[in-house]
Amino acid sequence: MRRFVKSWLGLAVATGSLAVATSAFAQGKELVFGFQCDRTGPTATVGTALCPGYHDYIGLVNSKGGVEGYKIRVIEVDNEYKVPPAIEAHERFKKEGAVLEGLYGTPQTAALNKKLEEDKILGTSPGFGTAAAADGKRFPYTFPIAASYWSQAGAAVEFAKEKMGGLKGKKIAYLFYDNPAGKEPMPILEDLAKTEGFELRTFAVPAPGVEMGSQVTDIVQRFKPDFVITHLFGRAPSVSIKELKGKGFPLSKVVAFVWGSAEADIIAAGGMARAEGYNTIQFAGVGKDFQVLKDIEANYKAQGKSAPKEMDSTVYYNRGVMIAALHVEAVRNAIRAKGGATPTSEDVKKGMESVKGVTLGGLLPPMELTPTDHEGGGWCQIWTVKGGKLVKAKDWFQGYRAVIQKHLAADASKS
Amino acid sequence: MFHREAGVFKTTYAADMALYPLPVAKWTVAALALIFAVIVPLTLHDYYLSILNLIFIAIVGALGLNILVGYTGQISLGHGAFMSVGAYTAANLAVRLDLPFWLTLPAGGLMAAAIGVLVGIPSLRIKGLYLAIATLAGQLIIEWTINHVPAISGGAQASIEVDRPDLFGLVLDTQGRLYYFLLFFAVLAIVATLNLMRSRIGRAFIAVRDQDIAAEIIGIDIFRYKLLSFAISSFFAGVCGVLYTYYFGIANYEQFQLGVSIDYLAMIIIGGLGSVLGSIFGAVFITLLPIVIRMLMENVGSLFFSESDLASVVSGTRLAVFGGLIIFFLVIEPEGLNRLWRNVRSYFRVWPFSY
Repeated sequence: MRRFVKSWLGLAVATGSLAVATSAFAQGKELVFGFQCDRTGPTATVGTALCPGYHDYIGLVNSKGGVEGYKIRVIEVDNEYKVPPAIEAHERFKKEGAVLEGLYGTPQTAALNKKLEEDKILGTSPGFGTAAAADGKRFPYTFPIAASYWSQAGAAVEFAKEKMGGLKGKKIAYLFYDNPAGKEPMPILEDLAKTEGFELRTFAVPAPGVEMGSQVTDIVQRFKPDFVITHLFGRAPSVSIKELKGKGFPLSKVVAFVWGSAEADIIAAGGMARAEGYNTIQFAGVGKDFQVLKDIEANYKAQGKSAPKEMDSTVYYNRGVMIAALHVEAVRNAIRAKGGATPTSEDVKKGMESVKGVTLGGLLPPMELTPTDHEGGGWCQIWTVKGGKLVKAKDWFQGYRAVIQKHLAADASKS
Repeated sequence: MFHREAGVFKTTYAADMALYPLPVAKWTVAALALIFAVIVPLTLHDYYLSILNLIFIAIVGALGLNILVGYTGQISLGHGAFMSVGAYTAANLAVRLDLPFWLTLPAGGLMAAAIGVLVGIPSLRIKGLYLAIATLAGQLIIEWTINHVPAISGGAQASIEVDRPDLFGLVLDTQGRLYYFLLFFAVLAIVATLNLMRSRIGRAFIAVRDQDIAAEIIGIDIFRYKLLSFAISSFFAGVCGVLYTYYFGIANYEQFQLGVSIDYLAMIIIGGLGSVLGSIFGAVFITLLPIVIRMLMENVGSLFFSESDLASVVSGTRLAVFGGLIIFFLVIEPEGLNRLWRNVRSYFRVWPFSY
């Protein structure tokens, strides 16, 4: 027992001394960004590629002297897709004086909406949270900064229309993960089904989404649709590719929402070669053919390191770069607006609301963020699997923008 | 707690069962009250208060689960779902009827208790792992129901925003104000559980846990007490869910999924089954440990790794260290942190004359 108590005391002393030796950061001109990530939770497949992209872009900016002379320090917190750690992360960012933060996860975004507004720190939630958050009046400090599920639904239908040369009398199946995010696009799809005159039937996949044999059989053999739109998460997209392919449905008549669109999903379904024709919606550019990615590689080379393997997972990695680029741009606008003085988080919010024309050579859509539109226009691209890799099938476009805006306005007037 | 009992002789049963076994303990409680009610909120930064706030909410939930699992011996994997029942009840009442928190909070608790009794009915016939599966079914059914009934969930998003609690015109919107709000309920839950466990009901729970047939033979109505245990436990869970709802400003069922149930089970197993202090230790341990590990790793790790590599190294190793520490503590003392604390205390009680 005595030995045991001693070892305990030893541990306590060691812990205490380490806490005292907390790193003292060089306090130059520095801005702090908070970034939440999930590298170990249920969406780790996304986080492990997306988050390095974010860090690498910030590292690239810092290596070139920072933003308008300000170095950026990123504090990353892995929230494991749990809500309490996300709250803790936000408070930590606030304590460290973060001027903005990147959110991660839909329930986490929901739990932080109010806090962001109270603390006047903007949070970006690309691909998370609700479509209604695009409305800057209702959610002043939440910025989806990427096509919401509503916009993606519009894009999917428009793509289907183009592929089939009209929608009148056609049948579209919607295969979705049975959670709020999966159900969110339905009002848009139902509305479009009415106005465009196609028949829509929905097929829910219960969590965790690895078993959808009966749904796919239903789709392929009973409903016999002309097009399938899938909106799945985690392991489910790969299962859907496998099942649809296995039941003989042509993948060229399938289009997936943004979380079923990564190389990893397709490879897990049996490889790129087997998924020939599979269509994916993207809110950031895909592939390595961008100057900024070459710069990041060069930056690694300059430090005597090779480029990280995460860069090969271009769908998620590029999304990380996109988020970082928009963060940097918001801060740049804020610093310029203040004539070089250190911006506050509220200045940065105004800066984000004036982001326009940042495309990084096509990696970002031609989006325009305004005080009322925090989504930036809802731009999407379609990339198709062709010859073993993803190939751009349709450049940046806004699917049924007027319909989406009508729904946003209706939703705003309801609350 | 931190004192010796020299010279104190108990002469009545009432004295033996008192909440304060020693007169001097009153001072300890007073000192703790002073620290947590005055010193902590005045000196600590909002960030640390926010962590304490999460711990306070977790304490309420862990106490509730410990009443069921630790004291009554009925396992439940549906704790997260009971929280969501409380959360949605309170959110609906707050938004639709504009009720204040001091009405929605007990209402959320009572609704959760009612649902808890329903889910607990199988416990009358089945035990152990079988009951675990039955309650797991309860968790999934409740999740599905909330997801698919817009009347409960408030639409496709299944989330209902609520305003900050309002106490006589004072809006509790800062971490400091929420601190007192949550501290109050954590203390209330602790005192309530302590008192419950020295009452007839608490003793009946323990009898059911230790040997339910024997308990029935000595005249304890198993039917009643098992369901009562489910009700009380779910009431705590419901209140915990309401507190989460007010703390986050939103009720969202994705915040109360199966993982949450398991987290709370982990809390009470690590903290110590069948002990109030154990529930508190467990709540603190599970909430705080990942944060402490991350802080240490960030500081130590910066000596070995570049800043860009650090992030991935930290999150990976954090899980490993977290899991390792849980195993470490359970191997040292399978009965949890509470027992560990008692061992340390009894060691020092006779120190330095241990024989």
